[in-house]
Order: sequence, then structure tokens, then C-alpha cells
Amino acid sequence: MSGSAIKSAPMSEDKQPVICRDCGQINQLAIDPPVKRCPACKSPRLLKHDELLTLGIAHLDCDAFYAAVEKRDNPDLHDKPVIIGGGRRGVVSTCCYIARIYGVHSAMPMFQALAACPDAVVVPPNMEKYAQVGGDVRQMMQDLTPLVEPVSIDEAFMDLRGTHQLHGGPPAQTLVNLVKRIEQEIGISVSIGLSHNKFLAKLASDIDKPKGFSIIGEAETLSFLADLPVGRLWGVGKAMQARLERDGIRYVSQLQNMDESDLARRYDSLGLRLARLARGQDARAITPRAPNKSISSETTFNEDLTDYATMEKHLWRLSERTAQRCKKQKIAGKTIVLKLKADRFSALTRNHALPNATQLADVIFETSRQMLQQVMKDKPGTSYRLIGVGVANLVTAEGADPLDLADPDQQKRKAAEQAMDKLRHKFGDDTIKKGRGL
Amino acid sequence: MKTTIERSALLKALNHVQSVVERRNTIPILSNVLLEADNGSLGLTATDLEIEMRERVEADVAQAGAITAPAHMLYDIVRKLPDGAQVELSTDETGGRLLLISGKSSFALQTLPREDFPAMAQDEMPVAFALLGGDLRRLIEKTRFAISQEETRYYLNGIYLHALEDDGQALLRAVATDGHRLARVQMAQPVGAADMPAIIVPRKTVNEVQKLLEEEAGEVSLQVSETKINFAFSNIVLTSKLIDGKFPDYTRVIPLNNDKVLAVDAKSFAQSVDRVSAISSEKSRAVKLSLEGGRLSLSVSNPDSGSASDELSVSYQSEAMDIGFNARYLMDITGQLDGESATFELADSGSPTIVRDGEDTNALYVLMPMRV
Repeated sequence: MSGSAIKSAPMSEDKQPVICRDCGQINQLAIDPPVKRCPACKSPRLLKHDELLTLGIAHLDCDAFYAAVEKRDNPDLHDKPVIIGGGRRGVVSTCCYIARIYGVHSAMPMFQALAACPDAVVVPPNMEKYAQVGGDVRQMMQDLTPLVEPVSIDEAFMDLRGTHQLHGGPPAQTLVNLVKRIEQEIGISVSIGLSHNKFLAKLASDIDKPKGFSIIGEAETLSFLADLPVGRLWGVGKAMQARLERDGIRYVSQLQNMDESDLARRYDSLGLRLARLARGQDARAITPRAPNKSISSETTFNEDLTDYATMEKHLWRLSERTAQRCKKQKIAGKTIVLKLKADRFSALTRNHALPNATQLADVIFETSRQMLQQVMKDKPGTSYRLIGVGVANLVTAEGADPLDLADPDQQKRKAAEQAMDKLRHKFGDDTIKKGRGL
Repeated sequence: MKTTIERSALLKALNHVQSVVERRNTIPILSNVLLEADNGSLGLTATDLEIEMRERVEADVAQAGAITAPAHMLYDIVRKLPDGAQVELSTDETGGRLLLISGKSSFALQTLPREDFPAMAQDEMPVAFALLGGDLRRLIEKTRFAISQEETRYYLNGIYLHALEDDGQALLRAVATDGHRLARVQMAQPVGAADMPAIIVPRKTVNEVQKLLEEEAGEVSLQVSETKINFAFSNIVLTSKLIDGKFPDYTRVIPLNNDKVLAVDAKSFAQSVDRVSAISSEKSRAVKLSLEGGRLSLSVSNPDSGSASDELSVSYQSEAMDIGFNARYLMDITGQLDGESATFELADSGSPTIVRDGEDTNALYVLMPMRV
């Protein structure tokens, strides 16, 4: 492939499209002298770009996600450096931007982080909550396009091309509105990168975090990439970087000036990819994740466990969580899967096919409990570091958990669980719990 | 040991006992049949440690003795001998082999000593009663199709047999269910059965007894304890361990207020179900019954192969309704019906339905509907 995708810069006459990041209004405004405020709302947060109206591949990344969620839920933390982490492993999972000023960064050992920033408030991670918030963000993205490809809990690609008619404006405007909606309704900030492919969109979202909105147009693709160190290219890790360094290649501009076939010869298929990425070419499509094949929840213990009673407690909590997710998605599963990780990192799964699909915590728990008992009987004395339970072989919830002629109490338990679900729905998840969950 | 026996008598007995022997055995002796010759008869015993079957057949015994030999192989050999042949069974001098001689055919089989053969402990059987083979056969035949194959709920892997008093009637009742359907068949309580414990007779035992009942119409004596049951036929005694578990309280899943009554001609209904389900796939075999007035439409739709429908004139006075059933389950039940008509008692498309066999109040079936 040649560099034909890169068009020469449009002749910017004297005007350029500008979007206001506060009110979302788009205007064609004079370039010289530059307009500093939105003509409609007088906001200075203007985003100007020649290709503003045409680009449609976006990358959304939540800013200091875990820390932002914790700050949202506890206003006392708002102006304090917050570090999410701790637990047994003792490394920084996320830190807020205040903590970053002190030089704290993620994956830093906790003692080192606290040495750099003694005033930091350390909050243990609450993955359940983050998953919930991350899901809410994703839902808002999915409200705009089904072409959402999650990368992780707090970032995702979106393909907004062709949605102009649907959303009554170009993708840039749709994104501005999305950012506002996330800020207002969820209470966290995100950064957006908008470009013409995934690789560049992801680079763009990182340009002026937090609360960033950056655009890399086709026109400046080459010049933007030229100054970047090669390590910023997708797929170039430390080893590859060292290899390139040995060959005297440090900056993307050097790759841009090299022949594609030459690079391919030197670094095989990776070389070919380097040549293309260096020129800002990335043909990967945005593919929404395939529908779930299973729904599961798992937990890693703080200390390895050997006793059944404690494991069973965890199992109940996880069964409830799995059931809750099934109910939320109106899905039921015909197979129960128990997952265990022993201390030596050996994973083990056990499956059990049910006569009827279920979405009840009661059934998930009873079934997985029997499997757990069997496993622990077969391998007594093993200590476990992780337990998970899930349902697979998914079907729609209609017709799940029908009356079982061989289990007269099943309908009673089903009714009880449904009554509990109703209460939770109305008054919150912690309203009611089974005794064994305490 | 040396004994001579008529081929057909030996074949019949071997056929009975070899059926208990599992095809694959990790314990070699369990592949063998125990042969015991004395007092003018040959005893054959086979076991899988759960069931023990003993049969006695008349034989000329020249020398009393006992040995064990591979059951399936012995059966196979005798089966291939000509009709009407005499079979001589003997042990060689050292007792290490079983010699089988019939006409010019002779076989020498590996054996294991009789001392190794595991005898089932003879417990005290506090309850004993007798019933007609035909009655026992009916109890088994009409319920065993509903026995569950599900291993985790092992207590469903058999027929629940218990004595009870219902509406002033003393009954012996058999129940089986797999959660989707339930069969409940009863008979007047035989004398002596009132005190029997409620027991679960395992599927394999049920099937063995059923096979024996096909040949024997006479009286069968039953002996029951908490852990074992013993069926005594004229020449055969079958002892079986029972399933150690608690059968669910089935009475609570039999609906009491199903007020919509559908009466069908049993035979044409069964044929119609069979017909339309020809189009259904193995996986989802749902037959939809649509009831309106005196008309019953049966339909099956299978996205892979097409659709089918049929119609029957029936007696039905309640409001129109649609309900779906698993075709195989329906046919399993209609296959048990003796009467000319069958009665369905329905509530709604999501609730269990009762099926009755014409005027027969002793058989009742419950069937869970399927979503269609």
C-alpha cells in the first residue's frame, strides 16, 4: 500500500470549522485573526480543525478512571492526591492527576509512591464499582453506535462514520455531547481522540489528557507521527524498541523515510506493520465484541484459602453477582462453570450441564457448591488463590427456571429470590442479603 | 464338578444372569458367572455388586462342585450350539478350567475360584408380600419411562415404591420423575405390604425385573428392607440394593386445580403427535397444541426443515389456549395409555398438565409444558 490515503492539506482559505466544547455549536470561523471564544456561548473551549466535520473514528479513554470514580463518590477526596491500590500486591493501580504531580504513576510499588507523595490517600480498589461505572459509560457509547469496541474497562473505540444524519451532526459534535453527558450523568471526565483510524485515534486521546479532545487529521498524520519516539507505535514494546535502537532507529520519522519492503526484510511482518503505522495507516476495523458466551464473576483472595467454609461464602457472593448480571441482561445459562486457581497458578474449571437454563443465584450456588465440594474432596489440602463461578451455554431468560416436578421447593426459592430482587431494585443492592452472604 | 444340562434351559438361565454382568469390569471376578452343581440342579449366579441374580435349573449332576467362568463368553458359546443339544460342563483335574462339551464341540474356559465370587450379604428382610407378575409389570412399565438419567439427582434414578393410605384405600404406589414429567401408578395394596419402607428401586434393577416379568406371569414374592429388595420368581431370585436417597415430595407438584379439560381419542392423538413431530429436530421437539372449541390443532415448526400441522376433533369446552409439549414426552405418555380415551387437565401454557388414562384412576401422569 502506498501513502495515497494521505491527502494534501486542504487549501484553508480564510475560514475553518470550529466546535465549541461547551455548547457543541459548530461554526465556520476565520483563521486569521483567530477567534478565541464561541460566538454562541462565549466559551473559550474551542476545537478547531480543518477535518473536524469529516473524521469519524474515535477513541474514548476515561481520565484516571478508578481515582475519578472514588473522588466522585467521596467529595472529601476531591482536592487530595488519591492512589488506588494496595492489597497484597502493593502496587499503584491508578492515581489521580494530583498524585501524578508528585511523580506517582501506575504500577509503581506502593512504598515508593508513598515516599514520593506522603499525603496521598490510598483507597483499596473496588472493581465491582468500576465495572459498573465502566459499563454505564459503555452503554452511553452504545446508545450512539453499535460499533463500539471496548479495549478495557475504561476505554473503547467507536466508529461514528455515517452517523451524521442519525445524530443530526458530525461525529465531532456527537462526541462533544457524549463527553458532556458522561460528565453530567456519571460524574467522571473522559478524553477523546478523533481521527481516521484506530491507531491514530488512540494516540490522539492521549495528547491532552485529562478532559482532552484531540484530532489528528489526514493532512497532518505524517508530520504528527514524525516526531514521536518509535515506542509510541502500536505493538512496539521494550524489546522491539531496543532492537530498533540498535539499528539506530529512534523516531517514527526515520521509519517514514525507510522503504516498506526494506523494513519487512529486516523485521518480518512486524516491519511491515511498522512501515504502515509510521505512515499512519491502520486498516483494523472497529468490531464490537461478539455477544457474551458466558457470564461469570470471580475473585482473588487476599490470602490463599484452603478451607471450604470460607470458599463457600465467596461462592455465594459470586453466585449472586453472576445471577444479578444474568437477570440484568435477561439471559440464562444451561451450564454452570466453576473456576479455581490453585496457589501454583494452575487453573481448573468444572462444568455442569443443567436440565433447565437458570438465572437464579440459588441454582448457580447449589450447583457450583457441589462441584467445589467434589474438587476439594479429590484434592484435599490444596490452597486456592482465586474462585469464580459463571453460567455458559446462554439462552434468553424466557422459559428459564421452569417448575421442576422433582423439586417441589424450587418455585418457592425462585419466588423468594425474585422478591429479593424487587427490593434490591427499589431500594438498592444492599437492602437485603441472605444470611450466608454475611 | 460335572453336570449335563439341556442347551435351551442353560441358554435361558444364562441369558437372565449375564444381563446383570457389566460389559466392562475392572474387577475380573465380576465378569464371571458362578456355577454351582448339586442335588440335581445347576445354580447360576451373577452380580455387579448392586444386583445379584440367582437362578436354578434342573440338571444331571454327576459330580457336585462349583466354579466361576466368563458370563458373556459362556452365554455366547451356548447360544451358538445347535438347538436341542446336551451340554456337559465339567472342571478339569486341577480345577483350573471349565470344560464345555456338546456333541463334537468342546471348549476350555479360564476360570476363577468360587471363593473369590462376592456373595451379597443376606440381610434380614422384615417386610414380605406377594403380588401378581402382571400387576408388578404394570407398575414398572407405566412409570419407568419417566426415570431420570441425571446423575447429580441420583435419587431420581429409580422408581419410588411405597405403601400408603389414600381416601381410605390402601395402595401400593410407584412414582418416577425426571423433573419434566412424572408418572404415578398404583394398585390395591398387597397383604403384608402396609409396613414396607418407602424405597427407590434403581433403574437397572427395574429393567432386569421387567425382562423377567415378560417371561413369568405367575406370582412374585417381594421382600423389602431399608436397603435391599428381593424379587423371588419360581426359579430366580433377584436381590438389589436400593438407592439411598430421599425422593422428593411429588404430591406437591401434582396440580389440584387444573380446570380446563381436554378429552381425546388416545390412539388418534398419539398418531397425530407422532406424525407432526416427524418434522421436528432432535434438539427441540416441541409440539404446539392449539385448543379452540371442539378442535385441537397440533403443529410443529422447525426452522431447519419446515412446519407441520394436524387437526383432531376433541372434547374441550374451556376458553381457547395454546400450549406446547415435548413431542417425545407426549408420546412416552400416550404409549402407556390402555384406555380408548385420554384426558388432559390443563391450567395455562406455563403450568404442569395432568394426563389421565381414560377411566383408569390408578395411573396419572404430569407433564411440564414447553415454550413454543
